[in-house]
Amino acid sequence: MENNHFDSEIIKTKNIDFYYGPFKALTDITMNFEKNRVTALIGPSGCGKSTLLRLLNRMNDLIAGARVEGEVLFEGMNIYDPEVDPVEVRRRIGMVFQKPNPFPKSIFNNITYGPRLTGTANKSDLEALAEQSLKQAVLWDEVKDILGRSAMTLSGGQQQRLCIARALAMKPDVLLMDEPTSALDPISTAKIEELIDELKKSYTIIIVTHNMQQAARISDKTGFFYIGKLIEYNATEKIFTNPDVKQTEDYITGRFG
Amino acid sequence: MTKQTMSGTMKWRYIKQQLFFGVVRLSALILTIALGSLIFYIVINGFRVISWDFLTLAPTDSMTKGGIMPAILGTLYLTLGAISVALPLGVVAAIYLTEYARQGKIVRAIRIGVNCLAGVPSVVFGLFGLGFFVVFLKFGSSILAGALTLGILILPTIIGAAEEALKGVPQTFREASLALGVSKWLTIWKIVLPSALPGILTGSILGIGRAAGETAPIMFTAAAFFTPRLPQSVFDEVMALPYHVYVLATAGTHIEQTRPIQYGTVLVLVALVLGIDLIAIVIRSYMRRKKRW
Repeated sequence: MENNHFDSEIIKTKNIDFYYGPFKALTDITMNFEKNRVTALIGPSGCGKSTLLRLLNRMNDLIAGARVEGEVLFEGMNIYDPEVDPVEVRRRIGMVFQKPNPFPKSIFNNITYGPRLTGTANKSDLEALAEQSLKQAVLWDEVKDILGRSAMTLSGGQQQRLCIARALAMKPDVLLMDEPTSALDPISTAKIEELIDELKKSYTIIIVTHNMQQAARISDKTGFFYIGKLIEYNATEKIFTNPDVKQTEDYITGRFG
Repeated sequence: MTKQTMSGTMKWRYIKQQLFFGVVRLSALILTIALGSLIFYIVINGFRVISWDFLTLAPTDSMTKGGIMPAILGTLYLTLGAISVALPLGVVAAIYLTEYARQGKIVRAIRIGVNCLAGVPSVVFGLFGLGFFVVFLKFGSSILAGALTLGILILPTIIGAAEEALKGVPQTFREASLALGVSKWLTIWKIVLPSALPGILTGSILGIGRAAGETAPIMFTAAAFFTPRLPQSVFDEVMALPYHVYVLATAGTHIEQTRPIQYGTVLVLVALVLGIDLIAIVIRSYMRRKKRW
């Protein structure tokens, strides 16, 4: 086996129930996420996969009336412990969103925004950090001469890679991706998929996707969700060739959803 | 349906459409004519007295001659004072209401309060200013008391505009910043507020116009009937353009004689307000061009 970290888990959810007000969006989710692997979360709209993703770095805190029960252990520490600062959690668990959301600032300032404001990098290191992050996101060659230009002038695919670079600049351990290619054209999507494959060498990636071929192409493990429940969680190959549960098979073969 | 009737219904539809457009056009026209004739009337009656001396000298001969410089300066002081009180306070209040406060009964009560404040007649603000700033805090009739009174008067306008502007900032900006592990306060300071600034400025324009033009709030709190002397500190009384017009038009002994000066003063007041508006509009459009999303 090329990577002996295969079985080391970095995030573990324990009996997670999640509520939007009176509505129960997730029921009893217990799941391990392995280090340096790509885990895909799939399922029909409204199945709770995005909710679970956002709960892993406490982005659901922003929603009024949202409530979590159970534990999310990140390297053994429960991130929902009252002692834990969600801001700190988000520095170590980064996120890329469905729609590219660069700030209306220059490309350079987008990349360095996080490290500058959180004080995780020295001023003198910012340029090197920007270059490194952009190279990691395979955007450097396209933007190295226009770092001062507004990020809004980039194409959608470039913007999304910029957002990935921006998240990487914080040097997180985990990268959460919420349907990162659903707003992009096929060529940009392919680029991002290649990028994800490259990134898993250094990061743990958890990705929500509506595109089942994408899950099959890029992930090592796949979790299938249906109406707030984790129906099946297995190696991707198994899920897409010989799933244990009938419902999973129905979904991946396109019989519903 | 035959061709005949179809073209008939189409014709009728066309006429209806033309009628509707006509009404809409007419409304816009009436509005423009009203504004245009107002300004035309003021300019026609006022421009003759406008001269360098009129703008730079104090009134003389029981205000029948001379200029209105102390009143221009007084209005500038009061307006700038009011906006520098109301803008920071209003923006901070709006940040609390939109970004921090849990949306519920209390916030709704505060909003209703703010809206009520906007509907209070301006003379009530004048009396409040007299009672609180002039008498209780012993500021006397002064620039300070007047600016604070005007500041409270325009506070609801500023809060309302700032709230709208803050709500208009895409939620994705906040999410992007928070997801990087940047604190809520820094997110507001570095991302939300700069994006909302053009909208906030628009609100301030309305506030500035109102602060410059109001008479009642400064009548008891800041405005002097006549003082040829320029203010030396914020505790001095000042003349102000709207109050000067009021005085000339009602309280003077030479009302007919000063008619041209009244129009001149009104013209200067309107020009001043439009001028301030113009500056704010230019700043705003500059910022809008810089920040596009």
